[in-house]
Amino acid sequence: MDIILKNLPILVVITPLMMSLVVALSSNYITSWIISCLTTFVTFCFSLGLFFELQNVNLISYHLGNWIPPFGIEYVIDKVSIIPILIISSISFIATIFSIKFMMNEISLNLIPKTYCLWLLAIAGLMGLVTTADVFNLFVFLEISSLSSVALVAMGNKMDKKALTAAYNYLIIGAIGATFYVIGVGLLYSITGTLNMSDLADKLPMLGINKVVIAGFGFMIAGIMIKAAIFPLHIWLPSAYAFAPSSVSVLLAATATKASIYIIARISYTIFGGTFELYAIDDLRFFIILLSILAMFAGTIMAIYEKDIKRLLAHSSVAQIGYILLGISLATSSGVASGFIHLVNHALIKGGLFMSVVAMGYYLQKRVTIYSLSGIGKKMPITFFSFIICGLSLAGLPLTAGFISKLYLVKAAYDSEGVWLCFLILLSSALSLIYLWKMIEALWFNPDDNKDKKVKEIPEIYIPLVLIAFLNIYFGIDATIVTESSFSAAESLLKGINQ
Amino acid sequence: MIHEFLGIWNYWIVFILMMIGLYIVIAKKSLLKKIVGLSIFQTSVFLLYITFGKITGGTAPILTSLGDPIYSNPLPHVLILTAIVVGVATTALGLALVIKINSTYGSIDEDEISAIDLVEFHQNFPDRNLPNKK
Amino acid sequence: MKNNDNENLETQENPILRISAKILFTPIILFGLYVQFHGDFGPGGGFQAGVIIASAFILYSLIFGLRKGHELLPPKFNFFLLVMGAFIYGFVGLTTVLMGEPYLSYNVLGSTKQSGQHIGILLVEFGVGLTVSNVMIALFNAFAGFNFKKIKK
Repeated sequence: MDIILKNLPILVVITPLMMSLVVALSSNYITSWIISCLTTFVTFCFSLGLFFELQNVNLISYHLGNWIPPFGIEYVIDKVSIIPILIISSISFIATIFSIKFMMNEISLNLIPKTYCLWLLAIAGLMGLVTTADVFNLFVFLEISSLSSVALVAMGNKMDKKALTAAYNYLIIGAIGATFYVIGVGLLYSITGTLNMSDLADKLPMLGINKVVIAGFGFMIAGIMIKAAIFPLHIWLPSAYAFAPSSVSVLLAATATKASIYIIARISYTIFGGTFELYAIDDLRFFIILLSILAMFAGTIMAIYEKDIKRLLAHSSVAQIGYILLGISLATSSGVASGFIHLVNHALIKGGLFMSVVAMGYYLQKRVTIYSLSGIGKKMPITFFSFIICGLSLAGLPLTAGFISKLYLVKAAYDSEGVWLCFLILLSSALSLIYLWKMIEALWFNPDDNKDKKVKEIPEIYIPLVLIAFLNIYFGIDATIVTESSFSAAESLLKGINQ
Repeated sequence: MIHEFLGIWNYWIVFILMMIGLYIVIAKKSLLKKIVGLSIFQTSVFLLYITFGKITGGTAPILTSLGDPIYSNPLPHVLILTAIVVGVATTALGLALVIKINSTYGSIDEDEISAIDLVEFHQNFPDRNLPNKK
Repeated sequence: MKNNDNENLETQENPILRISAKILFTPIILFGLYVQFHGDFGPGGGFQAGVIIASAFILYSLIFGLRKGHELLPPKFNFFLLVMGAFIYGFVGLTTVLMGEPYLSYNVLGSTKQSGQHIGILLVEFGVGLTVSNVMIALFNAFAGFNFKKIKK
């Protein structure tokens, strides 16, 4: 027991990584699913262990191979990284329970064990991404997670062959992003001689104003922005999420971009926080705020005109990423905290929305557009009810989780930029009601087009679906845990700037 | 002036390769050529790392009994070994996707593939502008 | 490409290629093993050795055909070895965890720090070599064995 507690930071990464190998060797698809469920559950327990351990200390530092940090690889769990760790482990556990019904429907049965191997590899990559404090190690985990998610997206080719081209574009664009990140890391290493995040943060301000530092920052942030699908660099995201197998859409939409946004926060505040004191960073900050506002509107407007429901939700993800980035780029304590609150809530919202939508498309055996699903809500009332809860939460109605994050975001925007930014946030939230209403109208009020088809509820997915809808309500009523941990995360992130 | 340019010739090679690779990825229509471009782009980054790991007159960092030689920095080489493995994985996955695309679409040209997709889209949804005509 | 299992290719009837492949097969693997076990105190290691060993198997498949290559190393066994290599790496790490030290701290594996590092690096590099060589062979098999007849239709 003591050994487990001492090694929690590595165990959250190594458990899914090792178990993916076990799953790859298993021949039966049910076995592979059960092993995956157990693995993600154990990972979730380890993450909870880390969370409780962090109540007493500020920072858990883990030295791989007992090498002292600037020389060896260090894993750091602090108040910031615990948030994405908890999101990824909990959502991946829920998504794994949810997944088997859809995997059996959409992927050849003999390929399911290998699919779960990729699934666990993707989770391991994401966990490593948010745990590590070494910038090059981060690149390796970035590629583990993105290569395995590309392969997962391509698994959708049994349903629709466009999954292949979507996966190809995701691969090419993602690889360019990762290579940009490596160039940035190389430039920073060439002038500081270190790869450790806190060591970089100590050494970079000593260099003064330096062109190599600026170039390195630009390459790193541009590379990660591609991975995080920030507005002009988001073109891979809608088709990748739309053509992936249903359960993979749920996993990726809820976790993958969140980890990348966390890295943006890490790079700009932990690594470059002290350095930016030297520069006039207001221009850069304003540029990123502008990008997030564009993302909010472009994503929402594209969603309004979209007919394919999974694509519509993916476009809406682009807009929501805009909100998160807006909060983080405000660079005030309340702004960053609101970004992290929305990071948590958006994972719950998008996970729930994708789950209910793919559940409604389960019996149609084809890609779901807004018309092919018309009137289906009456046949699947519980699924539709969870969809409504998550949808209202997306729009930010009171008593849902989305309301809390909108509230804090508007408050932070008002405090730091003024009324015009609040107005833009509220306007784009109001616009998101349009596409929500479009979906609700088609699903509930339109006449039933699928009378001849046997469509009924899927009881196997009640537990994950109702759980995630309940969490959306619960965090709307009692958001103390989320807000408190987000505010302490923001404080420890901004420590570098306020020094 | 010329010395300044030629003295950092290895950085120029990195730069030129990088631009060639990026250009191929962006401009070529063939999916296979894009993978080639991506490989060239990644290789240029490997060269960048190797370049700043090299110290003039430095040898491989192996302990010898011969005095105290100058060592080159071994860490960039190790990092690049990892990056090469990642690059191999990316290339292999990309080529596998290209083969799969070729066997389902019968083409690896970007324009032809999107034309095929468009034709199928209109076949599947002939009345997509008139959804509620019932 | 004409024939999927390339049984009738010219290479298999060419005596020079057949005999030189047979002669080269063992020395390549021997050199691979040298690079593998030299890795903990000199230039070398699992990545390089894995690729060298894989090249021997790929040469065999190229000359004698993919079917003979599958007889030499069945794809299922190839996949099993691939996974085992990664397992060896993971278990070395977990062993040090069970011995009360952080993940992959080799020092506790031996009686002294030096011998511990020695054993740890040797085991991990062995796992790396196993995985790399089998991944290379699996990649070759996957690409060479792809059924191109489907495209013709």
